Amino acid sequence: MVEIVLDDEFCPSGQTTAQDLARMQSEKARNLSEREKAAEALTPYVQTKASGEQSIDLMISGAHCAGCMAKIEREISALEGILLARMNLSTMRLNVQWRGGPDKAGAIVARLEDLGYGAKPFNMELDPLVQRDQATSLLKAMAVAGAATALIMTMSVGIWDGSEMSKVTRQTMHWISAAIAIPTVAYSGQPFFRSAWGALKNKMTNMDVPISLAVLLAVALSIYETIHGNPHAYFDAAVMLLFLLLIGRFLDMRLRQKTGESAQRLAAMQASTASLIKEDGSVMSVPASMIKPGDALLVAAGERIPVDGEIIKGSSDIDTSIATGETLPRAANIGDKLYSGMINLSAPLTIKALAVSGDSFLSEISRLVEAGEQKKSKFVRIADKAARLYVPVVHTLAALTFVGWMLYSGDLRTASLNAIAVLIITCPCALGLAVPAVQVVASGRLFKKGVLIKSGDALERLAKVDTIVFDKTGTLTLGSLQLSNLGDISKDALETAALLSRASRHPVARAVAAAAGSGPVADNIKEVAGQGVEANISGKLVKFGAASYVGGISAETGGQTNAQTESWIRIGRAAPVCFKFKDTPRMDAKTTITDLRKHGYNVELLTGDKKSIARQTAQLLGIDTWQAEVSPTDKLARLDELKSQGHLTLMIGDGINDAPALASAYASASPAGAADVSRAAADVILQGDKLSGVITAVNTAKDAQKRVVENLSLAVLYNMIAVPIAVLGFVNPMIAALAMSGSSMLVTLNALRLKFH
Amino acid sequence: MTSLIYLVPLAIAICIVGLLAFFWTVKSGQYEDPQGDAARMLYSEDKPIVDEDDL
Repeated sequence: MVEIVLDDEFCPSGQTTAQDLARMQSEKARNLSEREKAAEALTPYVQTKASGEQSIDLMISGAHCAGCMAKIEREISALEGILLARMNLSTMRLNVQWRGGPDKAGAIVARLEDLGYGAKPFNMELDPLVQRDQATSLLKAMAVAGAATALIMTMSVGIWDGSEMSKVTRQTMHWISAAIAIPTVAYSGQPFFRSAWGALKNKMTNMDVPISLAVLLAVALSIYETIHGNPHAYFDAAVMLLFLLLIGRFLDMRLRQKTGESAQRLAAMQASTASLIKEDGSVMSVPASMIKPGDALLVAAGERIPVDGEIIKGSSDIDTSIATGETLPRAANIGDKLYSGMINLSAPLTIKALAVSGDSFLSEISRLVEAGEQKKSKFVRIADKAARLYVPVVHTLAALTFVGWMLYSGDLRTASLNAIAVLIITCPCALGLAVPAVQVVASGRLFKKGVLIKSGDALERLAKVDTIVFDKTGTLTLGSLQLSNLGDISKDALETAALLSRASRHPVARAVAAAAGSGPVADNIKEVAGQGVEANISGKLVKFGAASYVGGISAETGGQTNAQTESWIRIGRAAPVCFKFKDTPRMDAKTTITDLRKHGYNVELLTGDKKSIARQTAQLLGIDTWQAEVSPTDKLARLDELKSQGHLTLMIGDGINDAPALASAYASASPAGAADVSRAAADVILQGDKLSGVITAVNTAKDAQKRVVENLSLAVLYNMIAVPIAVLGFVNPMIAALAMSGSSMLVTLNALRLKFH
Repeated sequence: MTSLIYLVPLAIAICIVGLLAFFWTVKSGQYEDPQGDAARMLYSEDKPIVDEDDL
């Protein structure tokens, strides 16, 4: 599992690193002052220790191997005044401590960026300390139970053989076992006792009720037998039961912890910086998470809107695709509401931050998301389903055994001994491991392929899905425009358009710049919001933008086309040239959808974008069922309709408008670049630019489900063999120990097969 | 059988020592970065080992 790479310069995912590097360098070149602003915003995250040392935790992106870790630690340590730079390769967190002012944080991040890594401050308040404490205490409980099992088992083997053991020696051994087992059960059994007590208090049962009962009864019975000098004691079984079950618990906990950390890392990497306008008019950079409702913020052209807000000054074009799914920018004026994640394209704006409750659209979205999540919480995990069946059956069996033996032998001790033996041997050891073992292996496999599963039950739900609903913009497509009629444009026109475009972040301009490649930028470019750009190039006025803005377009050169949008360039008095643009699907969108259909999934498209665009995309990708111009509520309605037809849907989307659908769908997925609400609502996060993660996710989920069912069958099979033996009174401590460890091993090994699939 | 008189207490003592050692490794955060630690030991840096708790 651990890849060790000794060579500094070699990185197993070198390609990604190179891309990251290129992206970062271009971003750096675009705006150096952004870096200064980012540095200023780091200051609130710097912690000052009592001894005067400064410390910051940074999330690192782009580091993939031990070589990167060593490089980062070495280079950062080499900076002046740094006391310690230590990177955690498992969580991708870098802790740096230094002496001096807190402003040094900026220099550290700058150095990291020069090295080709992204770094964002980590908000320590988000750290799931409770979860980590829980994992630690489970680990300790597991260790205690393991050690006690080893000790008691060593003595038990002697007792089982017993041929040369006198009664006194045997009783002494039992007493020693009791002295070890009682404190162990009291310590290691707590997670189960607490959960069982909680369930009983609410007049419910869960898997922990029979577990607690079996452990406590086994210990009580063994103490009774020891006091009376009888040959059999079940101390070993009680402690081993705890040990094996704690392994399952711990695996489950680790899985949740790991995915929680990754989701958090994604959120931290996307955290943005806002330019706060202070009361005296000066502008200060602060982390977006520290903005309060009512704060005035400055959003420069090309910047992402850091928090939800309302425009109070200026007008500009806004890329709203993250909220509405529309590819084309929209003009926004004073009073318009903007949502975090939208991009301000053409002119600086001043916005006033809004509270979520103060806005109808966002509060509606969060209300719908909550409703959806509530619906989802009704989902019953397969292990709990098994427990619901299991608990009454086992307890009835034990009761029947007791009654049967009372009638048969009339001896209270024999009857209770056999009834307790039934409880011990049917105790869901294998059942407790059956599910978590599989889910840990499966999500580990997915994790390596860049698919992040948020919880174990997400895997279960994913496996049952039969219909997949895609959002268009940002999910099936990249969400950015591309020049579609490159062949019709003269090289001269393209190069001139590129001169005007390279400095702008408007989607059209970026498409032109991408088509033309890198090159020079024209001077004195004038940008007219919602219209276009113009500049003077070698004495001629060049205009690039909407038809009405450029002018001089005759009927025959214009006309309706199937392009999503078009822009015109006019050099001097010459005839304008038309540029057509389209939002193109992700590279592997078509193959992914073909593959999914081949596997028998119904594929649908639901988008907030215009009908003509949706139709084109659907045709191109071979999707038969599609709906366009749907609102978030419409998306929900369509999902409900599918549900009422008996379909289980997987919703894949990225925009704010998809969040309610993601929350209420049977299962859901988001690309890593999705809006915060959507990413939080989704069960699965697809990292990287590819859609094929969907296929990997559903296939792995299906494999995992198959293993879970196999494991549960194995556990049932084991019980079918063991129960008659117990009911008939043939169980002794040795058989109980063998049966328990044997079935647990079998289940774990079966789960591990998934790894080599 | 007389050997049990010291062998059993010895076994228990060894077990307790092992357990305490394990508790210490948990407390000192040795399981927090298994990947990084596996790789880190292969890079020899000529610097004194710094105990994280002291910082």
